[in-house]
Amino acid sequence: MAAYEPFELSSEPLDVGELAASMANSGAGALVTFEGRVRNTNDNRSVVALEYEAHPALCRSEGAAVVRESLDGVIAARCVHRVGRLRVGEVAVWVGVTAAHRDEAFRACRAVIDGVKRRVPIWKKEHYADGSTEWLRGCEPEGHAHHESR
Amino acid sequence: MAEQKTVHLEYFAAFREMAGKGSETVRSQASTATELYEEVAALHGFAFDRSTLRVALNNVIEPWSSPIRDGDLVTFLAPFAGG
Repeated sequence: MAAYEPFELSSEPLDVGELAASMANSGAGALVTFEGRVRNTNDNRSVVALEYEAHPALCRSEGAAVVRESLDGVIAARCVHRVGRLRVGEVAVWVGVTAAHRDEAFRACRAVIDGVKRRVPIWKKEHYADGSTEWLRGCEPEGHAHHESR
Repeated sequence: MAEQKTVHLEYFAAFREMAGKGSETVRSQASTATELYEEVAALHGFAFDRSTLRVALNNVIEPWSSPIRDGDLVTFLAPFAGG
C-alpha cells in the first residue's frame, strides 16, 4: 500500500521534490508530473494572490475517484491540491504518475488534472492588484453525467 | 400539507460569503433539493443560476430532483474552480 491518499489537500506549501520521491518504484520507467502554478494575470487583470477553499469530505471521495479512474495501465497516481492563500508562482496543484512506459504516464497525468478541475469541489478567489477580489466561475456540471467516469 | 423537516446547510466559498456564515440549520417544507435551494436562495439573496450549481446530500453529489429528508446535510456547490 502507498503511504499516501490518492488525493489530498494541503494548507502548507508543496515540496515537489518530496512528492516526486514518494512515487519511487523500481518498475517505473516513467514518472510524469504536473504542477499547476499561480500566475500573475487572468482576463487581463493583474493577480497578486489566490485563495483556495475546498469541501474536504467531497474532495476526498471525488478526488480519490478521479485518481482511481485514471489508473489504467499505470503503476501509481497521486494528486495534492493546496488550500488557503497562495502567492504568484506557488504550486497550487501537483499530479504525479508512474508507469512502465511514458505513454500511459502522460495520459493518466492529463486525465487526473482534467478530472480534478471538472469534478473536485474546490473554489478559487482571485485577489487583484487594485485590492478587489472575485470568486472565479469555474467548471459547471456537464448535463447529468458530470460524476460518471469516462 | 407538506411535512416540516430540519435541514442542516453547509456553505463554502462564494456561498459562505453570501450567507455570511459557514453553516445553519433551517426548518423547511421543501420536498426536493431544487425546492430547498429556491427557499434558501430567496432568504440569502443567492445570485446563482441553479443550472450552473451542484448539490450534495449527506456529502454525496446527487441530482437536484432528489428528495430532502428530515435531518439531511445539504451543501450547494458553486461551479468548481480548482487547479
